[in-house]
Amino acid sequence: MSRLTPVSGPHTHAQISIQRIMLTVMLALTPVTCYGIYLYGWPALNLFIITLVSAVIVEALCLYIGKRPMKQGLGDGSGILSAWLVALTLPPWAPWWIAVVASICAILLGKQVFGGLGQNVFNPAMLARVIILISFPVQMTTWVNPQPMFSEQDPGFIAGLNVTFNNETVDWDSISTASPLGYLKTELTLDRNVAAIMTETPDWQSSLMGVTAGSMGETSAVLILLGGILLLMKRIISWHGPVAMLATVTVIAALFHQANPEHYAPAQFHLLNGALMLAAFFIITDPVTSPNTAKGQIVFGIGCGLLMYIIRTWGSYPEAIGFAVLLMNCFTPLIDHYLRPRIYGRNRKGQPLAIQQRDQEEQS
Amino acid sequence: MKFFSFKGGVHPEGNKTPTTSEAIQSFPLPARLYVPLQQHIGAPAKPVVEVGQTVLKGELIAASQGNVSAAVHAPSSGTVIEIAEHQAPHPSGLPVVCIIIETDGRDQWIEHSGETDPWRLSEKLIAQRISDAGIVGLGGATFPSALKFNLGLKQQVKTLVINGAECEPYLTSDDRLMQERTGKLIDGIRIMMLGMSASEAIIAIEDNKPQALKIMSAAAESYPELKVLKVPTRYPMGSEKHLVYTVTGKEIPAGKLAADIGIMVHNVGTAYAVYEAIFEGKPLVSRIVTISGGAVNQPRNLEVPFGTLVSNLIDYCGGLKQTPERLLMGGPLMGLVIPGLDVPIIKGSNGIVALTKDELKVKQQSACIRCSRCVSACPCGLVPLEMAANIKAGNFDRAVEYGVKDCISCGSCAYVCPANIPLVHFFNYAKGELVARQKAKQQQEYTAELAKQRQARMAEVEKQRAAAKAKALAAKKAREAAKQQQEAAQS
Amino acid sequence: MIAAIVSLTILGLSIGFSLGFVAKRFKVEKDPLVDDIEAMLPASNCGQCGYAGCGQAAEAVAKGDAPVTFCPPGGRALAEQLAARLGVDADLSDMEDRGPMLAFVREATCVGCTRCFKACPTDAIVGAPKMIHTVISEACTGCGACVDICPTECLMMEEVPETLSNWRWPKPQPQTQLVSTAA
Repeated sequence: MSRLTPVSGPHTHAQISIQRIMLTVMLALTPVTCYGIYLYGWPALNLFIITLVSAVIVEALCLYIGKRPMKQGLGDGSGILSAWLVALTLPPWAPWWIAVVASICAILLGKQVFGGLGQNVFNPAMLARVIILISFPVQMTTWVNPQPMFSEQDPGFIAGLNVTFNNETVDWDSISTASPLGYLKTELTLDRNVAAIMTETPDWQSSLMGVTAGSMGETSAVLILLGGILLLMKRIISWHGPVAMLATVTVIAALFHQANPEHYAPAQFHLLNGALMLAAFFIITDPVTSPNTAKGQIVFGIGCGLLMYIIRTWGSYPEAIGFAVLLMNCFTPLIDHYLRPRIYGRNRKGQPLAIQQRDQEEQS
Repeated sequence: MKFFSFKGGVHPEGNKTPTTSEAIQSFPLPARLYVPLQQHIGAPAKPVVEVGQTVLKGELIAASQGNVSAAVHAPSSGTVIEIAEHQAPHPSGLPVVCIIIETDGRDQWIEHSGETDPWRLSEKLIAQRISDAGIVGLGGATFPSALKFNLGLKQQVKTLVINGAECEPYLTSDDRLMQERTGKLIDGIRIMMLGMSASEAIIAIEDNKPQALKIMSAAAESYPELKVLKVPTRYPMGSEKHLVYTVTGKEIPAGKLAADIGIMVHNVGTAYAVYEAIFEGKPLVSRIVTISGGAVNQPRNLEVPFGTLVSNLIDYCGGLKQTPERLLMGGPLMGLVIPGLDVPIIKGSNGIVALTKDELKVKQQSACIRCSRCVSACPCGLVPLEMAANIKAGNFDRAVEYGVKDCISCGSCAYVCPANIPLVHFFNYAKGELVARQKAKQQQEYTAELAKQRQARMAEVEKQRAAAKAKALAAKKAREAAKQQQEAAQS
Repeated sequence: MIAAIVSLTILGLSIGFSLGFVAKRFKVEKDPLVDDIEAMLPASNCGQCGYAGCGQAAEAVAKGDAPVTFCPPGGRALAEQLAARLGVDADLSDMEDRGPMLAFVREATCVGCTRCFKACPTDAIVGAPKMIHTVISEACTGCGACVDICPTECLMMEEVPETLSNWRWPKPQPQTQLVSTAA
């Protein structure tokens, strides 16, 4: 009669794993990434590769120092996914060291110092973005118009390498431009009215297809939506957070635009420009930093949408995705604490349900 | 008939096809039966036979000890060769005391007869017969049924729910019972209703058993008080709490029983055992077991006498194709790992499932990513990810806040966890720890009280001793004073 | 830049000092820690810890003179509870999780001298002169006073045997490999 180490059930499992989840999200991001690389050319590809590679190196180093299993830590794909999202929010023609610093911030500060996968409070990609946005505002707000690959505007592979690695030598004055949101903000401060500004910014068809200045994740809303639908169908994310966020922004933008069309941009401008779509489907649905319940995710989505609009309209930054998400991440534990599911047999307060009088039931 | 939908739950692959069309076969008598004294919740039964005694099939071999206990009867005729410890069908590998019977091959029943007019029996007598027959809940919980009947009477239960859900994958014993022994089962259900003065019985069957539904519906047609309800296939439909909600829309309040809201739930197997006890006078000596799993050559449904070793069953089913990755008693979600093939079948063994590595599908554990699939899957409204994190850190109080005491250990959360975290293991550990702490606290209060009483007693003894000493001293002084006085008076 | 470093350093140091000062000066008196701790102890005053009684030991632990692992009969469970109550981190890794030990009389060698039941602080031993003594397990706290005093050394401390009725699931350990129960 040997004393065994008891093995517990269940002894079967659903066909799901962390790796599968990460890979599906990466698959959903692939269309918009490929399109973004195509639109912005070789420098964008260089930046993307550098971001991913430095993320892997930083993660490996952290796992080695922390004596955590290397294969599992690198193999589950979570670090690569964070880096991928970071790359999608960087200016595509940024220098290589921006990518490296962003990766270090995302992996080291955003994930590993908290204890590794699942322990972080803040979204690593957004944390990285905010850190480098505040630290290197010039490089982070230097946007270019799309220079599609294999077209006349494409600078070519060698020139692309030059952009990435010899960033200072590029003639920024001639090619840099403002992103639509950036343009809106600067023009509004010059007291011009929205209708006029709208004629100078890309129309909604261009914004939908994403042929505008901005980061790779700010391009095609259609492709992001397709990716989001893939995730919904595969049940990787639920619809509550994205719908809440998009609905909030739409409603508030429409309300303000209706109230004062001169001063406030229309709803579709907000929806189709900037990283709102990317945030709704890929950033706020990050499982580690968003609430546990559907109700909680709705509150989270509404909060993010609200903050996005407020910071975009009245804050000093034209694009508010990083700040909005980080601020709402602070509220996630609070949301989780108050919006718990009701336990079977108990009421909302946690007290056992009262037994109804059965005599009354039998009489009626 | 309407049903209600509980939230959460999962849809594991049924895997019932290997055995769903396998009719129940009788199992040929093994050479030895190892009958444990504890096959039920409560106090173990006490042997009433001695080594060397010959027994007949159905003879009482161990008596129930108190209210929460059950009697044990000989599953076949033969000689008691030993009353000793044998490995129990339990993941710990610990032993249980068994009465070991060497069968004589004749399988001779003890004199028995069914009730002549069972429909005229009083509730008390019905409960008595059930208790005498050693019937316990055959769904797996093995709670002594007679006690449940008495409780039902006391609480004036009006609705009897018969659990024909059988939500665990691989298991088909209840399905086959409903299809093959329908008439007797219906009689068993009706006598159970009489036994607790219930006014209606609802037989709940999952919709993945269309044959059973058809046959049972047809049989129940002639009895207006019996209703057959088709419930959706969702694990854990067979859980008492969730079945009650599905059938009646009422939730059992935390800490209370179904009887407190006027409902009693019994498994179909239990109902059949009640039929045999009352209509045929036979005590509970065997049950239907599903032998299945990818590692078994010929999966089957067998009627097995208790005490049969699992090795005998596997051999009868063509042996094992390969060494199973997991050998389970019960289904893959809530079943227990048994330490080997050398363990006996007991009253709660509804299936033996030998899983291959492909069927196991459990991968290596990794970190929780807080994806909350477990929260969506939990049918009890708990937050497994928070509970597990708190238990890991030793914060049992916070785990209780999140509801670990309300956990039914169904395994839905661990089933969907992408990180393969052993959530059920954490919760079982926590529940055991809380029970142990409660016991330790009671023990500590008790001994502290004893210590105080002793100290008080010793102080009292000291006081008395001091008083006696003082008294003796005073008496001595008085005597000396008297003596002095006398001497003074004399002089 | 130098100015920035210097000013921030001065600011940090001064705020830090003022926080420390306020913490000491306006400290809130702690609640009755000693009584709480005493309630957790076995109250058998067995003396194995070296203090005269459980009351004195509780005071020592509350002050921090004794470590949370000081009580042998209390074992690991008590050490954990004390650590939680005191809010300290206790390294209990070298405390074996032995489980409670109970006294047990080996009846073959008992001479009925009655010394043990007189020594037992919770009256857990029953016996009479020249009669074999026995220990009531529910009342035994495992203090060991009887073992020390028994002249024939027939009293032993034994671990409570693990049976199916008191078996519990152990804590899941982080696994490096998938566990297979293939025999």
